[in-house]
Amino acid sequence: MTTATLDVSVWRGGAQGRYETYQVPLRENQTVLDVVTWVQRNLDATLSYRFACRVGMCGSCAMTVNGRPRWTCRTHVAKVAKHGRLTIAPLENLPVIKDLAADMTPFFEKWQAAKGVFAPSKTREQPVEQITPDNAARRAADAGIECINCGVCYAACDTVRWNSDYLGPAALNRAWTLVNDVRDAGNAARLTAVAAAGGCHACHSHQSCQEHCPLALNPTASIAGLKRRTLQAYLRGEIKP
Amino acid sequence: MNVRLYLWQRLTAALMLPLVLVHLALIFYAMRKGLTAADILSRTRGSVAWAVFYGVFVVAAAVHAPIGLRTVLAEWSPLGPRTRDLAAIAFGLLLLVLGLRAVAAVVLP
Amino acid sequence: MMRLAHRANALWLAALVHRLSGLALAAFLPLHFLTLGLALEGEARLDTFLRWSEQPIVKLSESVLVFLLAVHMLGGLRLLVVENLPWLDGQKRLAVLAAAVSAVVAFVFLARVF
Repeated sequence: MTTATLDVSVWRGGAQGRYETYQVPLRENQTVLDVVTWVQRNLDATLSYRFACRVGMCGSCAMTVNGRPRWTCRTHVAKVAKHGRLTIAPLENLPVIKDLAADMTPFFEKWQAAKGVFAPSKTREQPVEQITPDNAARRAADAGIECINCGVCYAACDTVRWNSDYLGPAALNRAWTLVNDVRDAGNAARLTAVAAAGGCHACHSHQSCQEHCPLALNPTASIAGLKRRTLQAYLRGEIKP
Repeated sequence: MNVRLYLWQRLTAALMLPLVLVHLALIFYAMRKGLTAADILSRTRGSVAWAVFYGVFVVAAAVHAPIGLRTVLAEWSPLGPRTRDLAAIAFGLLLLVLGLRAVAAVVLP
Repeated sequence: MMRLAHRANALWLAALVHRLSGLALAAFLPLHFLTLGLALEGEARLDTFLRWSEQPIVKLSESVLVFLLAVHMLGGLRLLVVENLPWLDGQKRLAVLAAAVSAVVAFVFLARVF
């Protein structure tokens, strides 16, 4: 009895490399991460890839599957393998370390450059800030706060691909959540950072980020918010690009 | 693209929205009536209103287009930042000069 | 080209059309200004040109230009809305609508000009 198989092309190598094809047994319930793991355990132990939780919480397993950036642990083979074929590559727009592992360093450097870091305004001696969940600023922050820095939006974004200065959807989305955090004291520096070349104004609203975000976040909307805030700040003379 | 360029590009875009609509309406009107060059020029020559309308249109376009061009050059061409800026400014000046000349051509009596 | 499958959505296409129409309009404008400048040399010169422009291929190009102008304007309007008004979820439909309206405008122009 022959089991059905999947033809899986996997990127091997670094920036220079090639696709190697493996035959993987097709199962009824199978994720792309299951497929990659099967290849590494049964066919080629030298295959490098990343994963951690396997259950769609950590974002470590993000890869390019049939041309789209996805979490491989949450991508069922049945949904994406047309005609029994799968092509798996590392995330786009990032340097490749080896095989399916991309280097997230530039992603996090841009996170820092967008000032995606909370700057406290109070000390422990002061009373805790009362924040109601239904005020407009908190709702705006909450809409983007679930980001786990998986890099899928960054990999999907063509503006990131075409403009090496562009901070990218994730970094700007985080900056927006902090701009809306009333406890944060870092807005002057943050708005200046996102109003510079490569900041929020470089976004063309392609919305590939929103289209691909596994948590259904909307960086385009966050970036639109940043465009409005920086414009206001600029017109008031609060920032000078 | 930074906040300053963004402001000028969006501002001129918003300004040109009604101007483009009027311009499109004019094109349709002229076609409908089968206007010749003489007909058109007899309406525009000596007109302050047309001078202002198209003068503003030209200036707005001369600001708007180069900013867009600069972005496209940055994303799709291998040119460096200085070259891109110079190309954009040169293009803006070209549009301004040719455009105001064209306005003069049709409104000067 | 499967590597670029992430581009298969209406809003990405809308952005591409917006960019290409802008480039085409930018290339066309200096020519447009030069043509109008012919009036400086007298009406006859402009008339000669206008008669040349009666050719079908020119009329077709003019219809294309009307389409490009309309689609670039409507695409730009969509951006101004996205960037300044509260978020709308039906944007794909809006983008397609913008393209459709532009096509209608250009088609009407084409019909009238022949």
